[in-house]
Amino acid sequence: MSKQYETVIGLEVHVELATKTKIFCSCSTEFGGEPNTHTCPVCTGMPGSLPVLNKQVVEYAAAVGVATNCSITQYCKFDRKNYFYPDNPQNYQISQLYLPICRDGGIEIETAEGKKIIRIHEIHMEEDAGKLIHDEWEDCTLVDFNRSGVPLIEIVSEPDMRSAEEVIAYLDKLRLIIQYLGASDCKLQEGSMRADVNLSVREAGTEEFGTRTEMKNLNSFKAIARAIEGERSRQIDILEDGGKVIQETRRWDDGKECSYAMRSKEDAQDYRYFPEPDLVPVVISDEWLAEIRAKQPELRDEKRERYKEEYGIPEYDIDILTASKRMADIFEETIALGCKPKEVSNWLMVETMRLLKDSDMDPEDIRFSPSHLAALIGLVEQGKINRTVAKEVFEIMFGQDIDPVSYVEEKGLSMVQDEGALRETIEEIVKNNPQSVEDYRSGKKKAIGFLVGQTMKAMKGKADPAMVNKILMEILK
Amino acid sequence: MAKNVITDETIEYVGILAKLELSEEEKENAKKDMANMLDYIDMLNELDTGGVEPMSHVFPVHNVFREDVVTNGDDREHMLANAPDRKDGCYKVPKTVE
Repeated sequence: MSKQYETVIGLEVHVELATKTKIFCSCSTEFGGEPNTHTCPVCTGMPGSLPVLNKQVVEYAAAVGVATNCSITQYCKFDRKNYFYPDNPQNYQISQLYLPICRDGGIEIETAEGKKIIRIHEIHMEEDAGKLIHDEWEDCTLVDFNRSGVPLIEIVSEPDMRSAEEVIAYLDKLRLIIQYLGASDCKLQEGSMRADVNLSVREAGTEEFGTRTEMKNLNSFKAIARAIEGERSRQIDILEDGGKVIQETRRWDDGKECSYAMRSKEDAQDYRYFPEPDLVPVVISDEWLAEIRAKQPELRDEKRERYKEEYGIPEYDIDILTASKRMADIFEETIALGCKPKEVSNWLMVETMRLLKDSDMDPEDIRFSPSHLAALIGLVEQGKINRTVAKEVFEIMFGQDIDPVSYVEEKGLSMVQDEGALRETIEEIVKNNPQSVEDYRSGKKKAIGFLVGQTMKAMKGKADPAMVNKILMEILK
Repeated sequence: MAKNVITDETIEYVGILAKLELSEEEKENAKKDMANMLDYIDMLNELDTGGVEPMSHVFPVHNVFREDVVTNGDDREHMLANAPDRKDGCYKVPKTVE
């Protein structure tokens, strides 16, 4: 390859909002119900049914807009996008084309070359479609409308990204902002955050954009990165062979690591958008907007600054703790119960992260309560249990959120405080291990480690290592 | 005679968009009807609408909202009663191809 190519990427990100009900009816949005148990005439497109807008959808959408530095369209409307497909019972999707709720924003990402702004073209509100299930036994398709009418926002970026790394950084930043706002849980795997990638390549140094393709079906950060690399080289190969890239929609198959064409521009659909006559305009007054602004929680960047000043913990810790809203919440709530920040941070960063990784869970899935973590830290500080035992208790707590205080009591895990009993055990061990004693006395100071280990074993881990050391030294003197 | 002319291609295309299969006779009638409708709408062009906001709704009403509270329960049996065919609690439709 003689020429140098630059990749130009823009994203369309769909985010499922965390409302309790659908966007236009009072059906539950809860995930995983029996098929069609969360449906009504509105979300199944029955003739004569009328949509009524969920106020919370407007609040979440505007909150995301404010947090991503957009200007809020204070007079906004919905439009009808017409298409026929069995997942869309009305034969149209209610969306926003002419007056989307947010426009002209942007967020800052960190790249290898430093900070960079990715501009946001617009954010609009719309409804999700139903789910199609392909029947295994019969040659037919089954439709479940539980998801039909679940509120979405679509965040459309400008073509400002130049690599898979930038795309991931942008998505990660977006995910954290929205999670911190509580507007969505943004889980790619479960589909509450979905990204379509618009990608083109051009010779380095040229101003004009190449022909772009749109890629769908990307449900993990890894799949997105692979799809970008795959599509970039596919387009470059075409250009190097003297061909032309066709503007089309492609579907990424992550298993086969390749994409295939779904539809080209020639058969692009004519959606015949028109203003939605069943819904009245949304007017976001200055007062309402001020209220939404006032309700904005502390976002990650602000939190990082505050952690640095208030808790004095290392930046490395701060990055990990604030990488999830749930983690940051547990951290702050545990500290509020009187624990030392660094101590709490250690439990979260080391033990919690390890257990999450082992059980393939997200921080959002953490079950133990801050009060129980605080109680466990208290037990260690008061010398009731040592760290080894504490880690074992924590593992149980991580799985079942037990109360560590009563657990330690029930299982008899408290450290032996009776110095007399401990001394007896140690004397016994010293007597039975003359070689180690001799080694120690002849200058091999390390030999004491063996004796401490033997003592801890005999005490079933319930001795205070400091006390064991002290007694051993006295005996061996 | 109408001023607007609807071509065969246009009527064919509109038919495809609306998922309608029209006979030759129906197409000819539809062409005439559409041309007349466009002529009628063209009367609006006689007015200067330069300073007029586009209207999307006839009532001067805005901000009609619902609070985010679940009030609909499971009404699957009623809903599926309208389905031409059903299976496993779902609407059964001809196989869709991606």
